Amino acid sequence: MTRSASPSSPAGEAPETSTAVFCRGVTKTYGEGSTRVTALRGIDLEVRPGELLMLVGPSGCGKTTLISVIAGILEQDEGECRVFGLDVKSLSPAEKSRYRGKMVGFVFQSFNLVPTLTACENASLPLLIAGLPRREAYGRTREILDRVGLHGRETALPLELSGGQQQRVAIARALVHEPRLIVCDEPTSSLDHETGHKVMEMLRQVAVHRTRSLVIVTHDARIFSFADRIARMDDGKILEVSEPSASRESA
Amino acid sequence: MNLIALKMLVGDRAKYLGIILGLTFASLLITQQAAIFVGLMARTYGSITDLGLPDIWVMDAKVQFIDDIKPLQDTQLFRLRGITGVEWAVPLYKGLLKARLENGNFQTCNVFGLDDATLIGGPPEMVEGAIADLRRAEGIIVDIDGAQGKLAKPAPAEGGKPVPLKIGDVLELNDHRATVVGLCRVTHTFQSQPVVYTTYSRATLFAPRERKLLSFILVKARPSQDLDELCARIRRVTGLAAWTRQEFKDMTMQYFMKYTGIPINFGIAVALGFIVGTAIAGQTFYNFTLDNLRHFGALKAMGASSWTLLRMVLLQSLSVGVIGYGLGVGIAAALGYSLRRTELAFRLPWQLLLISGAAILFICLSAAFLSVRKVLKLDPAIVFKG
Repeated sequence: MTRSASPSSPAGEAPETSTAVFCRGVTKTYGEGSTRVTALRGIDLEVRPGELLMLVGPSGCGKTTLISVIAGILEQDEGECRVFGLDVKSLSPAEKSRYRGKMVGFVFQSFNLVPTLTACENASLPLLIAGLPRREAYGRTREILDRVGLHGRETALPLELSGGQQQRVAIARALVHEPRLIVCDEPTSSLDHETGHKVMEMLRQVAVHRTRSLVIVTHDARIFSFADRIARMDDGKILEVSEPSASRESA
Repeated sequence: MNLIALKMLVGDRAKYLGIILGLTFASLLITQQAAIFVGLMARTYGSITDLGLPDIWVMDAKVQFIDDIKPLQDTQLFRLRGITGVEWAVPLYKGLLKARLENGNFQTCNVFGLDDATLIGGPPEMVEGAIADLRRAEGIIVDIDGAQGKLAKPAPAEGGKPVPLKIGDVLELNDHRATVVGLCRVTHTFQSQPVVYTTYSRATLFAPRERKLLSFILVKARPSQDLDELCARIRRVTGLAAWTRQEFKDMTMQYFMKYTGIPINFGIAVALGFIVGTAIAGQTFYNFTLDNLRHFGALKAMGASSWTLLRMVLLQSLSVGVIGYGLGVGIAAALGYSLRRTELAFRLPWQLLLISGAAILFICLSAAFLSVRKVLKLDPAIVFKG
């Protein structure tokens, strides 16, 4: 069962719930008239706490739109989307910013590291945005960088790091503020197979926690085995949600 | 986030230096050209500035500025001395006379004839000799720049340096013999002619024969006498124009502002600096923001509020503004200082620093405004677009 955040609950302080992400009848369209494109057509999806769910499907099937709705970046037209009980759509823009800042960690396809900042500075951004003093933020970030295997590379600039290392910095950035939900958009698409595999191993190891859920958008069938469940999407709909082995067979 | 904003800015070396260069250029051009303009304008009333003692200048009602001489009858001086509130009134001759140089050339000089008894209206600073030496026969005091420049004697050997005029040297002023008895330093005048001081009676001897030779009457008001009131009284009694020193300065400057092309010429240079600075710095800053849009999008996605992003862009813009302004003003001031002994008219009052600062602030805020609009309107979903 899901429940609404009480009106007094500030965004980012989610109540306890048995469902991490709960979507019912979520629709989303872009544009108007002849340029109207329907990206999501009544999505129903549940993600459990401590679960790593992969969203797979062809390009343009609505995977990224769905994680954008879940992460509070886009607003659905219709339907309900609750994250740890919070009705994301009902939040004001400022509350949405706070929700994303506290509850969501992001891993982007192209890493999105600021090239002029060191690994430590890049990874500490969510803490600095939350207003943590720099010294404290850097201290906590160094611990996370150690955990993702970047000990001694704290002062390196993104250009001085390999693709795998850059993605590890991005993962550290997604984890540093201990969010309850991590959304990853094609985290291995910019990496070779071996590096991608290592990054997923590390992500599984450090990010999955009984109170935290991961939603990963991917095309990469080679990493399906890291998922607890896989949701197959096409044309704005979820076709099936299955265990990785079943999905691999169908893929 | 302030440090992050600054590191984002400084890290992009090429754009960072480009923005600073643009702002430095704008600040330098605005400050330097405006300082030269102010310097030139100050020279128009340099002679009034140098005459610090009198409170009021009395002249023909049609006089428009200090060099617009319309002589008065000598009897006006006696009428003025009888007006209530006048402490003293002395005559001043001012005219352009030709000096014949040793090499046969002629040089026009700005000649001041001071009251024989008091020598009021003399130079503000003596370099050699004393003002009282004007009482010696044929005595004149010459300004040091004129003595070393336009009035200097030809070099003894071809290709050598001219020999500066010194005490004891003799000049011919309008066919009259004059002996240098002192050297002084005066404020540069607009026309940059050598300045020569002598007594009133001797100046009227040097000057071409005219019925009236009294250029101005310098008046000192009695203590606690209201100057505007005294000016009004002088006008009423004599029918002459009477202006306080500040009014006469303003009047002279206004004349040059109105009837010469100086303001528009300098105005164009200043405007050009402003426009080019705005274009270079504004455009580069805007491009810098566009380049970083993806990163701003990521920050927005990660929960940065619009206020945080606005503060970051403003900080970036103001920090380059402060550096560019400092460099521009510093270079302008250094140029002015290093060329202070030359003919360069350069005056940098604090008001000009404020104006220049305001112009740079405007450029920075405009650039920040354009950039901020882009950042605030930014859809954080941009971060999911590969």
